[in-house]
Amino acid sequence: MSAPLIAEPLLERAPLIARDWLTHALPEPLRWIANSLITIVVLLTVFGLLFAFLTLAERKVLGRVQNRPGPNRTGWAGLLQPFADGIKMLTKEDIVPRTADRVLHFLAPVAILGFSFLTFAVIPYGRHLVPVELDAGILYFFAAGSATELSIFMAGWSSHNKYALVAAMRALAQLISYELPLLLSAVPVVLAAGTLSASGIVEAQAGYKWGLVPHWHVLTPWGAASFAVFFISALSESNRSPFDLPEAESELIAGHLTEYSGFKYALFFMAEYFGMCALCGMAVTLFLGGWQAPLPALEFIPSYAWFSAKLLALLLVFIWVRATLPRLRMDQLTRFAWKFLVPLALVNLGASAFWSLTFAWTGPMQAVRWAVSLALAVGPFLLLGLRLGSGIGKRTYRCA
Amino acid sequence: MNIPGLPPIELAPGPQIRAVHDELHGDLLELSMGPHHPSTHGVFRMVVTLDGETVVKLKPVFGYLHRNHEKIAEATSYLASMPYTDRLDYLCSMTNNWAYALAVERLSGQAVPERAEYVRVILAELTRLLNHTCLAGFLLQDGGASGTPLMYAFREREKILDLFESLSGSRMMCNYQRFGGCRADPSPDWLAAASTLAEGYGRFLDEYEALLTGNEILMARTQGIGRLSPKLAVSAGVTGPMLRATGVGYDVRKVDGYGVYPRFPFRVPVGAHGDVYDRYMVRILEMRESIGILRQALRDIPAGPILDPKSKQRGLRPKAGEVYSRIEGPKGEIGFFLISDGGPNPYRYRVRPPSLVNLTILEDMCLGQSIADSVVILGSVDIVLGEVDR
Amino acid sequence: MLGIGLLQGLAVTARNFLGSFHDPKRFVTVQYPEERTRLPEAYRNFPFLVSESAEDPMGTLRCVACQICEKECPPQCIYIEKSRDKKPDAGGRPQIYPAVFDIDIAVCMSCQICVEVCPFDAIKMDQVFELAATDRFGGLVLDRHALAKPNSYFQQVHPAEAADVDERLAAARRAAEEKARAAAAAKLAPPRPAPAPKPPAAQSAEAQKPSPPAA
Repeated sequence: MSAPLIAEPLLERAPLIARDWLTHALPEPLRWIANSLITIVVLLTVFGLLFAFLTLAERKVLGRVQNRPGPNRTGWAGLLQPFADGIKMLTKEDIVPRTADRVLHFLAPVAILGFSFLTFAVIPYGRHLVPVELDAGILYFFAAGSATELSIFMAGWSSHNKYALVAAMRALAQLISYELPLLLSAVPVVLAAGTLSASGIVEAQAGYKWGLVPHWHVLTPWGAASFAVFFISALSESNRSPFDLPEAESELIAGHLTEYSGFKYALFFMAEYFGMCALCGMAVTLFLGGWQAPLPALEFIPSYAWFSAKLLALLLVFIWVRATLPRLRMDQLTRFAWKFLVPLALVNLGASAFWSLTFAWTGPMQAVRWAVSLALAVGPFLLLGLRLGSGIGKRTYRCA
Repeated sequence: MNIPGLPPIELAPGPQIRAVHDELHGDLLELSMGPHHPSTHGVFRMVVTLDGETVVKLKPVFGYLHRNHEKIAEATSYLASMPYTDRLDYLCSMTNNWAYALAVERLSGQAVPERAEYVRVILAELTRLLNHTCLAGFLLQDGGASGTPLMYAFREREKILDLFESLSGSRMMCNYQRFGGCRADPSPDWLAAASTLAEGYGRFLDEYEALLTGNEILMARTQGIGRLSPKLAVSAGVTGPMLRATGVGYDVRKVDGYGVYPRFPFRVPVGAHGDVYDRYMVRILEMRESIGILRQALRDIPAGPILDPKSKQRGLRPKAGEVYSRIEGPKGEIGFFLISDGGPNPYRYRVRPPSLVNLTILEDMCLGQSIADSVVILGSVDIVLGEVDR
Repeated sequence: MLGIGLLQGLAVTARNFLGSFHDPKRFVTVQYPEERTRLPEAYRNFPFLVSESAEDPMGTLRCVACQICEKECPPQCIYIEKSRDKKPDAGGRPQIYPAVFDIDIAVCMSCQICVEVCPFDAIKMDQVFELAATDRFGGLVLDRHALAKPNSYFQQVHPAEAADVDERLAAARRAAEEKARAAAAAKLAPPRPAPAPKPPAAQSAEAQKPSPPAA
């Protein structure tokens, strides 16, 4: 992490001050190891607690949307519910089928959790709070995220259950289909910012236009389109409604996790939520300005607080979407990815290139720049959307 | 098919299924969905044979909820069978009661006062509202909507159930109709509460439709799925909204004109494609028509006795004879066939359950489509196992 | 089209979410057992036997063990045994009473037919539902002691119905009293005066005549 500036407010530097206080007495190589360990422990704790309370928040938000309170009996307002669920998961019997591949069966939840957790390393949580400063941070993030898909297949294969295998293959097809729009919507950002480093991308979104409007990527036409594609792909990558067919309850095939029970199932669950948090964190980094404040007057609030607020807002939208939308069928899902999102993301890449090349246009040319970008964002959406939805539509009914 | 002594019968060609163990194309998979259902339809089992994801054969297996209703009725008096009819289609007890009361009234020649007829229409339309609301909720639940449409549907249904409870004493097992009228007289307060509900229901339907009808995912999941041709529907005996969604405008309320229905002008919406989306939309439109009927009936209900003074409930011994009478229940035509031999119990008591008859066509609707669709198609048939199995 | 329907749906759920914090119509949960819904008067769940007085429930049961409810009950969950002796009922007259009156509430479906057919307003519907028991027969087969509740309780749970029943019974009692009073009055009236004895001149002539019948 970079050295803190003296002039910054205390709250901003507080995490670093705490860490240095713990490890300042150690000699140099040990100090680096201790710092890293503290980072890992803090990340695990924060995101572990976030996972726990996110499950509760999901149930309570879903409840409120459905005109009911959600869990409110365990502890005050249900705050102890995640711990009750955790205890329940831990006390369940761990069953491994007799013909299953024991090593792979054990390794799959470990692997998925490990890879999900690895993706947290490059997200900038605050001005001085990037765990690992990598020049190719975005590349690393997507590589580690894709490795989780292997664990899903491991889970289905090792169970030695034909239904679980078929379901695992369907899940894999879904995940691979949506990797492409996910990456393609991140590429324009890299193009605009000129760097693959996550902190670099956040820095590239610094500053305010006219002293008021931030330079976040989401406030540009190509950025808004990219953000939409990234968001939908993130919904699908974390197996969330409306793309949760692989683990749907009312479908026949019980999913790739059929043969998992107890703590291993809880680990898969945790990995799904970690993936969700990581993808939302990356969305915040790429499009919403990372840890930057939206107005200059609000910069006194520490950067990690802004990051958390934006992250929680995106997670809330995830839950909101889950509460509202029914799920898509498998073939509709893949068709949506390949025939709608991928072309849209590719055209958007061109739009982002146009935007970057014309940054010097001012005055009336600014209006032209905006008009062309908007046309490039909205036009393909309309064309592709109309083509995709050609067979369906509202109908009128007659009366006998 | 050859039965000795009869001319040979030509059957329509069945679906062509290829061999189960095929080296080139892989095996067919036979799966049993249920009777412990992940969906919300009671103890019902579907044995599907899959070619990959496509359904090539589907056999519905039911009977898990068979409770000997018809046989018990042969040993029970006519009055005591009334609470058992509540439990046929347990969501719509008022219309079951009415169908049975109508059959016994026709068999024993009892008249019904006008006020009772109006009350019966009001309760039947309220039942139609709650049944169709529940169906929309269940259909979306099967389609994967995480419970939100279901909870909204149940929230509105609670209001109707409260009305039923304050009138008959029980939310679902109402046991309210009697031979020659109704058991209890609705008070002016109750009628006012029903009016308030009818006025507010239109707003709820608007919000519900904003959530669902234009939803692209719902349209993609239900349009073109589970098509049923009108010819097949009529020859299979399908009735109710499922028949009207295929384009056949057959509504027993219009055809028979039982009760005081001819006094209420209402429309019968029909679909054009016979798919799941049409069945859903026909029910939504029927709900709006029901609200219209409710408003008129609540406005025009006359004063008078609620039960014919000369009616007989206990110890009823209709003269020997038989009758089949039917009404347009929310799920379709529900009918009762009674044979009396002059004794206190019926000699034969037969229910024509609309859910069962509508269910027989399930295989034809599901063939060639994906297994995920068959769950949605089953949801759109609108079955209640209490009625299918009796 | 084009996602507009999805956005409309999201708006509906957002409205419900935000409404659940301030609008009672959008937060309909009744947090049982701390809160309870008000049950309507007509609500029925399991029957009970009506006694006139709370001090002597068994002695003032309205039930005369006619067994009509037992016969008409659809699932046949009522079991009655008539008594061999007669006890004075609330009106004072000797009356058969139910020595055994059991209802198996695990079988009873609260259909209310027993109430409809009872000619004596002796059995009415209660409103209790918190009756969980651990013993199938000990806890869920209620005998007449558990079933008997006073008329004051009936007036509490079904005020309008109890008022009707009380009025009808009072009217019947008044009519019965009227009839009894008329019969008693007719019995107590002085007898018709006997015809005056004839004068002695005609006495020998009438001595042969049979004496007139006593008045």
